[in-house]
Amino acid sequence: MNGIEFAQIGVIAGKEFRDRLRNRWVLAVAAVFTAFALVIAYFGAAQQGAVGLRGIDVTIASLVSLVIYLVPLIALILGYDAIVAERERGSLDLLLSMPITRLELLLGKFAGLAGALGVATFVGFGLAGVLLVQQLGGGALYHYGGFMLSAFLLSLCFLSLAVMVSVLAHDRVRASGVAIALWFLYVLVYDLVLLGILVVTEGRFSLNFFPVLLMLNPADIFRILNIFGFEDVRRIYGLATVFPETLANPWLLGSAMVFWIIAPLGVAAWRFK
Amino acid sequence: MALIDIQGVHKHYGKFAAVGGVDLQVEEGELFGLIGHNGAGKTTLFKMMLGLLPATSGEIRIGGQAVRGAAFREVRRRIGYLPESLALYDNLTGLETLHFFARLKGVDRAGCDALLERVGLAGAARQRVRGYSKGMRQRLGFAQALLGSPRLLFLDEPTNGLDPQGILEFYRILAELRQGGVTVVLTSHILAEIQQRVDRLALMRGGLVQALGTVQALREARQLPVTLRVALRPGGAEPLRRAVAGIEVSSIAIDGDTARLSCRRDHKLALIGALAELRTWIADMELVEPTLEDIFLGYSEGTA
Repeated sequence: MNGIEFAQIGVIAGKEFRDRLRNRWVLAVAAVFTAFALVIAYFGAAQQGAVGLRGIDVTIASLVSLVIYLVPLIALILGYDAIVAERERGSLDLLLSMPITRLELLLGKFAGLAGALGVATFVGFGLAGVLLVQQLGGGALYHYGGFMLSAFLLSLCFLSLAVMVSVLAHDRVRASGVAIALWFLYVLVYDLVLLGILVVTEGRFSLNFFPVLLMLNPADIFRILNIFGFEDVRRIYGLATVFPETLANPWLLGSAMVFWIIAPLGVAAWRFK
Repeated sequence: MALIDIQGVHKHYGKFAAVGGVDLQVEEGELFGLIGHNGAGKTTLFKMMLGLLPATSGEIRIGGQAVRGAAFREVRRRIGYLPESLALYDNLTGLETLHFFARLKGVDRAGCDALLERVGLAGAARQRVRGYSKGMRQRLGFAQALLGSPRLLFLDEPTNGLDPQGILEFYRILAELRQGGVTVVLTSHILAEIQQRVDRLALMRGGLVQALGTVQALREARQLPVTLRVALRPGGAEPLRRAVAGIEVSSIAIDGDTARLSCRRDHKLALIGALAELRTWIADMELVEPTLEDIFLGYSEGTA
């Protein structure tokens, strides 16, 4: 990491962040998060014939379902063209002719987009959280804060994957295709395949393999991180029940998410060089 | 020591040699032209000089510093670059664009307004680049290249999209910069524009430097014929033919009262002498040297 100029990272990050503020991306995503969070928190139990706010555990469980679909998609859309778009339109050469290294450019892009995601996540869910905490009491603040932080980490995992795609892809069209494929894989297909294997093998590998396999999907790590603390909601999720309690340490799971942020970014930095 | 020193540089993409062994030196304060067909390797060489592309083999040094590694960052602060395919950020204004690049270069942003004024964009400083014409974008790109008073400018097709007035202004600014000792390396397809302005040029073909020197040196090396354009008085055509009969003339074309005679450079004086004898039949005479375009075509077609 010798020779990195953080000021250069800041210049790129600042531009990326301001671009998302200026085109109202941050505002729009924050508004979506607030609206969805409130709707889901209030109507989440409508299928059971009840509406209104319930306990923080059930509310967070409902929000987890929303976040797992929405946040990865938003992060992938935000980052899939971070580098490939600059390359495709021809501005990459001009940027790299400046006194900036490729690594600084990449980190600057990531940091700026992460900042935009962070503001959208904390403002969006934070506004909903203010109302929820007022209704559910101060005790909910701790759990809700953890939920917001883990949602942000989840967004960074998928942003990191998106930035990696933006480095590896030849053009924007392919990058968008790969980004959508990743969303399908991690959000829709992965758990289905795991459940299928679990059923076919009649649970024979559940204790050895499944915790590792779940850790290979940042969306699953996020889910476990948020629901493992609540006994009532843990039972709702099939895969979480095969996750050993010893591994369900928030710090360990948080570290696994950090790994998911660093690893794709590392691959991107290596390839971009 | 040359400011730019290129030694045995190759750039290969698989089996294809985009640049196939170039040795080149550009002296400080020089205005150096790089010309050639599309795909001749000019832009690839440009990008290698800027450290944007690594050379497959060979070495490029600018100011004694290899164009790679952390130390080249400092050299880059003193380099301005205007790419051929200039892409700017449509959502920024002209002034914001310069501020952004000034921050990256570590340059005081206070000078950006003056730079926009210098390239004739003061009135559009707060207008989004989205609304700029091609010429205005090119001017903004040029202003960006001038950030931080660079000592070395790389200009790839700098007059792309500029109107005649814009082209004149561009070369006026370039002349000012050269008076200040700035070294300029530029490419252009409009050879007439640069033939009076470059100190030296390299003609590239197939990834190689086919010819290198001043415009005059290339003319002489290529032995391109000179042309004498003669305005004849009535009845002067026949005496003219007789007068040059004993001289080795490449071609004679007489159209009404105008004659064009071409001959090898070393026969030029003999031809002029013979024509001088025809004073009563000749109203005027003009020597036309081969243009850079003629030289370029001469090398391209392999004509002597």
